[in-house]
Amino acid sequence: MSTTTTPPASPGTRRIDYLNVETTIRSWLTTTDHKRIGILFLIMTTAALALGGVFALLLRLELLTPGGTFMDAMSYNRLFTLHGVVMVWLFLIPSIPGAFGNFLLPLMLGARDVAFPRLNLASVYIYAIGAVVVLAGAVLGGADTGWTFYPPYSTHTPTAVVPVLLGVFILGISSTITGLNFIVTTHTLRTEGMTWLRIPLFVWAVYATSIILVIATPVLGMTLLLIILDHAFRLGIFDPALGGDPILFQHLFWFYSHPAVYIMILPAMGVMSETVSAFAHKNIFSYNAIVIATLGIAFVGFLTWGHHMFTAGMSVFDSGAFGILSMFVAIFSAIKVFTWVSTLYKGSIALDAPMLYFFGFLFLFSFGGMTGVAVASMSLDVYWHDTYFVVAHFHFIMVGGSMMGFLAALHYWFPKMFGRMFPARSSTVAAVLVITGFILTFTPQFWLGNAGMPRRYYSYPDRFQTLNVISTVGSWAITAGLVLIGAYLLYALRWGARSGPNPWGSLGFEWNTPSPPPPHNYEEPPVITHQPHEYWRTAE
Amino acid sequence: MADATLHLRDHYEDLAKQTHAARLGMWVFIGSEALLFAALFALYAAYRIAYPASFRAAAAHTNLFLGTAMTFVLITSSLLMANAVLSARLARPGRSVGFLAGTAGLGIIFLGLKAVEYTEHFRDGIFPGAFYAFARLPAPGARVFFTLYYFMTGLHALHVAGGVVLLAWLARRAHRGGFTPEYHTPLELGGMYWHFVDVVWIFLWPLFYLLR
Amino acid sequence: MSAAWAFQRATDGGGAWDDFLNALNAFYRRALTLPPQASTIARDIDGLHYFEITIMFAAAGLIAVVALYFVVRYRRRPGRDPTPRIVAPHWFEMVLYAGLLGLFVLFWVIGFRQYIDLSAPPDSAVDVYVTAKQWMWEFAYPEGPASAGVLYVPAGRPVRLHLTSRDVIHSFFVPDFRIKRDAVPGMYTTAWFQANAPGTHQILCTEMCGVGHSQMLARVVVLRPADFETFLLRRAPAATPTSGRDATPNAPPARGAPLAVIGRAAAARHGCLGCHSIDGTRRTGPSWLGLFGSTQLMADGERIRVTPAYITESMMDPQRRIVAGYPPVMPSFMGQISPAETAAIIEYMRSLADGIPDAEATRP
Repeated sequence: MSTTTTPPASPGTRRIDYLNVETTIRSWLTTTDHKRIGILFLIMTTAALALGGVFALLLRLELLTPGGTFMDAMSYNRLFTLHGVVMVWLFLIPSIPGAFGNFLLPLMLGARDVAFPRLNLASVYIYAIGAVVVLAGAVLGGADTGWTFYPPYSTHTPTAVVPVLLGVFILGISSTITGLNFIVTTHTLRTEGMTWLRIPLFVWAVYATSIILVIATPVLGMTLLLIILDHAFRLGIFDPALGGDPILFQHLFWFYSHPAVYIMILPAMGVMSETVSAFAHKNIFSYNAIVIATLGIAFVGFLTWGHHMFTAGMSVFDSGAFGILSMFVAIFSAIKVFTWVSTLYKGSIALDAPMLYFFGFLFLFSFGGMTGVAVASMSLDVYWHDTYFVVAHFHFIMVGGSMMGFLAALHYWFPKMFGRMFPARSSTVAAVLVITGFILTFTPQFWLGNAGMPRRYYSYPDRFQTLNVISTVGSWAITAGLVLIGAYLLYALRWGARSGPNPWGSLGFEWNTPSPPPPHNYEEPPVITHQPHEYWRTAE
Repeated sequence: MADATLHLRDHYEDLAKQTHAARLGMWVFIGSEALLFAALFALYAAYRIAYPASFRAAAAHTNLFLGTAMTFVLITSSLLMANAVLSARLARPGRSVGFLAGTAGLGIIFLGLKAVEYTEHFRDGIFPGAFYAFARLPAPGARVFFTLYYFMTGLHALHVAGGVVLLAWLARRAHRGGFTPEYHTPLELGGMYWHFVDVVWIFLWPLFYLLR
Repeated sequence: MSAAWAFQRATDGGGAWDDFLNALNAFYRRALTLPPQASTIARDIDGLHYFEITIMFAAAGLIAVVALYFVVRYRRRPGRDPTPRIVAPHWFEMVLYAGLLGLFVLFWVIGFRQYIDLSAPPDSAVDVYVTAKQWMWEFAYPEGPASAGVLYVPAGRPVRLHLTSRDVIHSFFVPDFRIKRDAVPGMYTTAWFQANAPGTHQILCTEMCGVGHSQMLARVVVLRPADFETFLLRRAPAATPTSGRDATPNAPPARGAPLAVIGRAAAARHGCLGCHSIDGTRRTGPSWLGLFGSTQLMADGERIRVTPAYITESMMDPQRRIVAGYPPVMPSFMGQISPAETAAIIEYMRSLADGIPDAEATRP
């Protein structure tokens, strides 16, 4: 049963962990260890974040002045499309599940690996291939359709949409495999005593995300494949000139892409549930409420896609149904926010970097979520649809929510992953920079949307300039914060203080192994007797 | 039994748990595949509502005899596949190989019939999308029908072709004595996949041949 | 609910309460950088906007204050650990979430009612056919005039827009009117508004449509009703100031024949009149005399009112729904008849709606 490829550690030498067990490049590229695969995903998705971030900076710079600032309209259109594609499919969707899900899921469940380790390695390579194809498309001329690829524009544009779509299709295969692996792992590899209601909340979040991934991604895959064939061979399934209906594309696209929003936010919510109880040293106020809300979001999230199409010519009845279902899904997010805040009550709150991102998340996500409720009020959506209000709304969710989740996870589990601490003061400065920069960048966009500025506009009427300048300046602050984070984390990798096995005093199950964990996580499978984060037990 | 534990990977406690994981994984995969086709069935439904008369006329133009023959071939192949798994369970690997070969053979016959059918349509000038040139059934309704027909049956045929390759690999492994009554998970999963492909056809058959 | 309702009332009365509401409206509108409320529905929609934004700010503020208080009050100090076990009381959760759901549903009820208003143009509306193409807006009137880049409408009368596109999807957005509707190729969508007073308002395209997307601007010029009548009689109104970034300068509208006359010519040119009589005689297809607006029995048993949407569908996809008793032989005119001609033919059919034969349509 035990296949130890590791040489036995003689006394006095360094403890063998997953990082130093083998150090060749080859050992990393052929690894089936879920922790190393997590690290590979972390590296690739962080690179994608950097790339998408550079695109965002260029976009904001172009919008500094009402007319052309330093690029032409075609370049601008390509750039915002690439920004969307890279951020959505190369960063937001795979980042937390791919990096932290892979790293933590088996540790939290008390397993030695995920259910299908080789399939897991395949998902890394498929992701890499998809990323290369998308970027090849970018180099070959890029797409200028926006990340939504609405036909008939997407099937007629002269730009290189085919490789970009093909890349997204391939990335979809990777995330489906990840989802499949996580579902089976959660079902079959829980250790003794790990009942369903003792599963850590991050695992619940990733599990729900996986279900969405497995159900929704194939639909997107088919839809994009039809657009590819239409562009390449005039298949015309969505082309009105050939008898097709372009609105049907929107239905199929949003059947995936609305749940995809929850693919991006649910893992971040899972991170927040873990963070708040670990840094408040407090049991979660209502574990069941979080679980129900997580599954509720995953389920109801599939029934709300039509709210992206209130101006597209659906029947009034259909629109109304989608409107009220969108209100139901908002309730689940409200449940979570309430539960997190209540968890702080009578806690023992430490303001380390992950907790700062928690507060950033709490405030920004609440505001983003509530503007989501406002957008779901149908007559208001007619006004805000495709304006900067919607841009601000989903950046509050995606950046204020998912990216805060990513950063919180990165700081919370950095010692777990590498056994070292990052510098505390720099991390506080960076967190403040990122959060204030974020508010500065995206709050003005609510006003821009209110004033009637449509999204995807290369040039805009002069009256919108002041708010655009503020937004652009804000993007520089976010960049400064992110660069600082990159710098001190790279520094800490090598020179950071040794963290010890559990620097935060967390009761999360993943801290039951040393940090960094040994290659096979647990020598003996742990036995679980209670829920995670039951800090009141420390009194016993 | 000693033979079976060779297949146990070190992150599972026992073979039963590992087999359960493999089966569950296959079911999730099949669910995902089903959603792949579900998107296309949704498109079919939407366009059938949009163009009821054209779809009826176009479905009447497809070759009902060939379509039914293909259904018969696939269902028979599923029967052989089930027998292949059963034979492995009863420790009769030789018969298992034979049944697998039969299943794969019927899969190839299916693909051959499909090719005959496509050729027939091409002769009429029925091509997908913008290349549709069949005057007797006017576009756009019939064009959309045949575009969906080519796309859905084509995607299904790709799945059958993939299945045939899989069956050949399984037959080779069975021939070398790779499967025992205790351990024949790959054979079982391959069977699940083949039955799924069969079930998809059971839905395609009425949509493109019977609903005329 | 009360806020939105109150704003509706405030538009039609005087008094101190209304003055207060007007001041509140002015304050919110400035704070939220909303454009002028130039249509009848704008103020209602803004009312819902204020209502929701106020609650949102209150809720976000509450979350921030409570979280901040907990951080200060329960910051980590010696002796704080271990923390007590606190679990949510179920009744409290239920009451809270039911209350929130009630609030959200209230938002939806108000929003949905307004959405229905936005979707249901009054029958008395002035019709305008809007055709979008990369990257400009064209407007055609049943009475004849057509214009590009400038939409002339009367103040104080509902205006119904029939939107379509020649190429890709566009979206028609007038911030001052709080309306937006996609223009989709191959189909007609409708939107309507009633402008409060004469003036000029910007039209923007809000669906990504290519390199000229952000330049796809146009203007609505709201005329006094009398001026609009003059305009329809093809006397250009006095020039209105232009903003300079529109698709076309403020040229006088093109002088054209009434749309119905253009439609008759188009119908003749495309051979429609070979199968559809205009005097009630039965030929291969139904006669157009009295057809528009009537209810017809379809071959599949359904009863359908002959609307612009049905007529458009029948031109582009004739086999979809055939009037009972006629053979399914009409070819598709997809790609052959331009959207402008479609609009003209529909207008021609409308001119035959009251059952009075053709002479009526050709009247200048």
